Amino acid sequence: MTLPAKQKRELESKLQAYVGKPIGPPQVGRDPVNVPMIRQWCDAMGDGHPAYTDPVAAERSVHRGLVAPPTMLQAWILPGFEMSVETEAPRDEQQALHKLLSDHGYTSVVATNCEQGYARYLRPGDELSAETVVESISEEKATALGIGYFIDTLTTFRDQNGDEVGWMKFRVLKFIPQQPAQTASSADAAPAKPQRIRPLLGHDNAWWWEIVNQGQLPIQKCNGCGALLHPPRPMCGHCQSTDLSHVIASGKGEVYSFVVMHHPQFPGYEYPLVAALVELEEGTRLVSNLVGCAPEDVHIGLPVRVCVERVDDELMLPVFRPAS
Amino acid sequence: MSSPLKDAAAIVGIGATPFTKNSGVSELQLASECVAAAIADAGLAPTDVDGLVTFSLDTNDEIEVARAVGIGDLTFFSRIPYGGGAAIGIVHQAAMAVATGSARAVVAYRALNGRSGQRYSQGVGGDIVTSDLIHWSWYMPSGLMTPTSWVAMFTQRYMHEYGAKSTDLAQVAVSTRKHAVNNPAAFFHGRPLTIEEHQASRFIVEPLRLYDCCQETDGGCAVVITTPERARDLEQPGALIRGVAQASAADQEQMTSFYRPSIATLPEMDLVARQVYAMSGLSPDDIDAAVIYDAFTSIVLWQLEAFGFCSVGEGKDFVQDGNLEVGGRLPTNTHGGQLSEAYIHGVNGIAEGVRLIRGTSTNQPAKNDHVLVTGGVGVPTSGMILGKLD
Ligand SMILES: [Zn+2]
Repeated sequence: MTLPAKQKRELESKLQAYVGKPIGPPQVGRDPVNVPMIRQWCDAMGDGHPAYTDPVAAERSVHRGLVAPPTMLQAWILPGFEMSVETEAPRDEQQALHKLLSDHGYTSVVATNCEQGYARYLRPGDELSAETVVESISEEKATALGIGYFIDTLTTFRDQNGDEVGWMKFRVLKFIPQQPAQTASSADAAPAKPQRIRPLLGHDNAWWWEIVNQGQLPIQKCNGCGALLHPPRPMCGHCQSTDLSHVIASGKGEVYSFVVMHHPQFPGYEYPLVAALVELEEGTRLVSNLVGCAPEDVHIGLPVRVCVERVDDELMLPVFRPAS
Repeated sequence: MSSPLKDAAAIVGIGATPFTKNSGVSELQLASECVAAAIADAGLAPTDVDGLVTFSLDTNDEIEVARAVGIGDLTFFSRIPYGGGAAIGIVHQAAMAVATGSARAVVAYRALNGRSGQRYSQGVGGDIVTSDLIHWSWYMPSGLMTPTSWVAMFTQRYMHEYGAKSTDLAQVAVSTRKHAVNNPAAFFHGRPLTIEEHQASRFIVEPLRLYDCCQETDGGCAVVITTPERARDLEQPGALIRGVAQASAADQEQMTSFYRPSIATLPEMDLVARQVYAMSGLSPDDIDAAVIYDAFTSIVLWQLEAFGFCSVGEGKDFVQDGNLEVGGRLPTNTHGGQLSEAYIHGVNGIAEGVRLIRGTSTNQPAKNDHVLVTGGVGVPTSGMILGKLD
């Protein structure tokens, strides 16, 4: 779940303190730009351009000598394996920023965007350093992965004379994962099975899915006038109350309408797939799947009962079965 | 009191790109081509246009279209949400703009790579959580996430309540296809359809079969709207907008209004019908032909009922005996509709409505004083009645 408003405001003011600041002193490349590293990169990338690896051809080219592939820019300043070793204390302000978010539940991170620009070709012997500044932090965004913050950094690369040779904009999303993280699988685990499309959770529907996850089917109830409402909404349309709670459905109902889906077929669903519009005995309707019943046996008026079932590894869904 | 919008605007130009399955060009190029074609058809210059309006879903910014086509200053621009429901909504906007003097001439357009680009048949989804995606989240986990599946849910209930059969839906498909056969611009030009072929086509989402579903098309369509006074000075006979309206009804959802007391009617289209009849002073008996939004066959039946051509539940009877064909009671979708000409989100239907009034349809009925044109179904929608300009 997301943070209470007060805690969120405190977090966001702490986040904004990072904006515009360097994450630490400039990083210095461990080695000057050099031919063996260039050759290894070209081998790995399958880039056979002679200006990178053939001194004779490079001498005859417009470069008048060997140059490094521009996209190697970041490679020259990476700290090596040290960067992946977990440490208790953050090594720089970027790690401190990520830890601040992790401590508030925004535990996952994903890189979403990277742009680079180049001022000149690098040549063997160039010595690089790079300074990274936190350029901006977004408002909290709800994304398909989960609720989180986009962090943009700008890294400026300079040579031994202090002249800018390139830049890199990098964007990550630091977020609360929608689903519990996958547990580490054993070596012989089968490839992940495709799963159904998850509901996207926001302020107006997350509570409903949480109750479903506990095995029950809720119906939103207005405390102002007693009306039952589905799908849930932030205000009762009958009395304009925002004092809303819920009741647990008896689970009894009947098929009001239904369809049998054949095309297109989405990964994670089994076809033919029966979706039913079920009218609950409480009077509200909801769309779900009908299981335990051949498609040809489904008819309007069929009495059904809810079963909150695990439909794949992670998703609990209220589905319906014939009542008999 | 009569509406100030009655007879206050006319459609004076229509334009379209070819309809294909793979345009090979940008949506902006399609938009620019159809807008330019509509302006030329009206006998106007791009600089005579000072308003642009399109669908919220359209990816082509008004200013990009204006720059590409050479339209100069704009004094009016607007967008209408809710998919194909916007089809006549864009004409409504344009009519209000010219009637109030906000613009002198407005082009309403829609262009999409609907087959080679984003295909609506492939369902909903996205990256940023909006109220719209919270809405779809009530349906996606159950797999109910395509237009065909939503319309099938209404169709099943409608068939149950009124005894309509798949062969009744086939009548709509077959009648419409007859028109496409004569229309060189139609995807199904020269290719007729029989009831048996419809019945043998595969289920997409039961009870809807392949031939109950519309095309997916790359293409664009545009129409030019101006005042009747200016329209009289132009090359083409103007199609006068006698009545035009938008509507969203109580408890409306986008494609999934499953929670109303009845789901076998279209309250939002009833509301469009009441408005356009009241504004125009016309009745169903005055309507000579119709362009009825046909993303699916079943929705044609419900609209025939909403506009009073038959009683509720009797759409299945009305579509028999060639009633929707030239020479029948209500020649409908004489271009082949979206089922058989092209799916340009209903805007190709506006162009056909104008051709019917001009007398230039490839399936022209003899009587053409008043033509009904409707917008998308299942969403907040729109409709209009066109007539002849004196
Ligand atoms: Zn209430």
